[in-house]
Amino acid sequence: MSVWQKHAIFEKNSIVLVIGILVVIAIGGLVEIVPLFYLKNTIEKVDGVRPYTPLELAGRNIYVREGCYLCHSQMIRPLRDEVERYGHYSLAAESMYDHPFQWGSKRTGPDLARVGGKYSDDWHRDHLRDPRSVVPGSVMPTYSFLAKTDLDYKHIDADMKVQALLGTPYTPEMIEDAVKDVEVQATTDSPDAVDLGKRYAKAQARDFDGNPARVTEADALIAYLQMLGTQVDFNMYDDKANIR
Amino acid sequence: MANALAPQKTMTLGEGGLALTFIGLALLSIVVAAKAFTPEYAFHAYLFTAASIAAVFAIANRYFERPAEQPALFTPDGRPNYNMGPVKFATVASVFWGIAGFTVGLYIALELAFPFLNLDLPWTTFGRLRPLHTSAVIFAFGGNVLIATSFYVVQRTCRARLAGDLAPWFVVLGYNFFILIAGTGYLLGITQSKEYAEPEWYADLWLTVVWVTYFLVFLGTIWRRKEPHIYVANWFYLAFILTIAVLHLGNNATVPVSLFSPKSYIVWSGVQDAMVQWWYGHNAVGFFLTAGFLAIMYYFIPKRADRPVYSYRLSIIHFWALIFLYIWAGPHHLHYTALPDWAQTLGMTFSIMLWMPSWGGMINGIMTLSGAWDKLRTDPVLRMMVVSVAFYGMSTFEGPMMSVKVVNSLSHYTDWTIGHVHSGALGWVAYISFGAIYCLVPWLWNRKLYSLKLVNWHFWISTIGIVLYITSMWVSGILQGLMWRAYTSLGFLEYSFVETVEAMHPFYTIRALGGFLFLCGALVMVFNLWKTVNSEAVAGEAGLQLQPAE
Repeated sequence: MSVWQKHAIFEKNSIVLVIGILVVIAIGGLVEIVPLFYLKNTIEKVDGVRPYTPLELAGRNIYVREGCYLCHSQMIRPLRDEVERYGHYSLAAESMYDHPFQWGSKRTGPDLARVGGKYSDDWHRDHLRDPRSVVPGSVMPTYSFLAKTDLDYKHIDADMKVQALLGTPYTPEMIEDAVKDVEVQATTDSPDAVDLGKRYAKAQARDFDGNPARVTEADALIAYLQMLGTQVDFNMYDDKANIR
Repeated sequence: MANALAPQKTMTLGEGGLALTFIGLALLSIVVAAKAFTPEYAFHAYLFTAASIAAVFAIANRYFERPAEQPALFTPDGRPNYNMGPVKFATVASVFWGIAGFTVGLYIALELAFPFLNLDLPWTTFGRLRPLHTSAVIFAFGGNVLIATSFYVVQRTCRARLAGDLAPWFVVLGYNFFILIAGTGYLLGITQSKEYAEPEWYADLWLTVVWVTYFLVFLGTIWRRKEPHIYVANWFYLAFILTIAVLHLGNNATVPVSLFSPKSYIVWSGVQDAMVQWWYGHNAVGFFLTAGFLAIMYYFIPKRADRPVYSYRLSIIHFWALIFLYIWAGPHHLHYTALPDWAQTLGMTFSIMLWMPSWGGMINGIMTLSGAWDKLRTDPVLRMMVVSVAFYGMSTFEGPMMSVKVVNSLSHYTDWTIGHVHSGALGWVAYISFGAIYCLVPWLWNRKLYSLKLVNWHFWISTIGIVLYITSMWVSGILQGLMWRAYTSLGFLEYSFVETVEAMHPFYTIRALGGFLFLCGALVMVFNLWKTVNSEAVAGEAGLQLQPAE
């Protein structure tokens, strides 16, 4: 009986109860979350992962805005069928600059972690405008408004400043040139594309939406989709070095 | 007009301070609206302005209307002078948001079956409506049920008037304003795209203020209690309020791009953000949708059945075990991902252990009917609540099973998860809420429930809907999971992705039918409650007593 009566201390003192609850709920979270910030093997050491270009970041923000993650994952699991269907399993390093992460939890549509380079820009443009024009059985909504809406990128440098504050390695030069870089990357054969490539390795610069006159939201989103999963060269990747 | 003998009426510190705060907020939001980066954000700033001005007028109006003295803590006959106004408001709001949330759910279910319903408009795409559905049912419907019942239960079980004068009203009105900002934000494309934590930084900030006030009102009422012991339901409410506050702060640690931008970036990234998100996400289930609703179970089932809680010791064990174990379970949402294996294994282990305290709660709820099982036959409200606890038992068995890695390798990313969520959300959360609402409305409005027969209709229509929903999602989820991993005899993947999408169509249609039936049942409830509130008041105190089953 006595043990049960001791519980009265919680039942009679609300502050003791509050402290008891806080202690009990803190333990699990602390044990699972805190080590991820100091265990060195949490994020693999790989070459090639770089921050998003301003245009890709703007595209990613549209991906976030439209809630694409509700139907598309960006996380290929190390299972035979997934690796054969989508490509090499996803590494933690590949989303290390993702604020927020967009791994997703549901695949109403296919995984997009390595969709970059799988389809042409034209295919993406048609698919966003009317998914069933290229995939008849698709249940995806039509996003025809993206190609009709001018991209709002005049504040993209402010976005990059915040990301730099949070640890993304954007240099002051990258932030200064952000607005210009959006226009350069959305233009085919721009003379400044070489400079862009120096700042952002393997950045693809061209008119993505088939409308050279404007920088639209479709330009940004397609630029983002076309770079997804293309940064790490898996011919060079040693997965034995990163067994966790 | 003031009676010369009456004490001088003065504005309280709370009234004056709150009015001044709202004047300040109105001015700030006008500035933000003028300089906002996007028209959508300007619209929200204007909403803040309008709401702040309305709040100032409401406070002033209330001051001029009220008597000079603050309401007494006790009525002249020595009974607590309960403050049920905010409870009534939250109860009505919960019914309103419930219908809205179920309707949006039905619509997006139909979108998946018939994609032309996305209408080629930004505001009606599945991607924007789905958070509207989840937030409307979890936070708007469920949240208002929790606020209403917690404010009711804490007063009755402490035999004390709700703490604070304006504070309880600030909680219910402020919370529903948060819902308005969040919901309109999703439609306009303002979202963090963190599952179940979509509202942007300014909505999160507002919710933090509301939530802290909620905690203080709840705790302040406990401090006024006339009972030496804090009743078990209040332990669960406290755990729910405290833990949600911690989770909310951890998972919404963002830096806004500017005061004039709706956009913010979360300080966590990649794998750490994934872990923080599912620490939050799974415990939104564990503390919002479980601990809070277990509190409802611990008050309303004993009250309705007129029986004591089955086991006091079991309630102690399962309370501490539940809140300790739940917090570990998050990584089961990240099996086989880039999250380190040690974290996945911890998540799976604790998820399996969680089965025990979950069933402890179920046993304590169901066995409370000992000696009153006959009431299941005669009282459909009690039946609804007991079936909800049975659904709770079912989905808290299914959950640990799905957290086993090999099972999860099949179920993850499929509709099985959606089915699992809905057996908990429709069967457990919504049913215990309906039961509580069927109890609360007659008690609060001092009426007799209009029709028990209609409750029976609600129960059966909705139950058929739930069964259609979860069985169709089991079939579609397992089918799609198997199709993704099917190989031909030559060793090639057998199905293209879109073939597996096309195979889902019949089940998506059946699921929408299930959702339609669930909505119909809820509309029967609305009619029943409407007739109840508009019927003749029950004389005297009878309305506060339990209605005998007929």
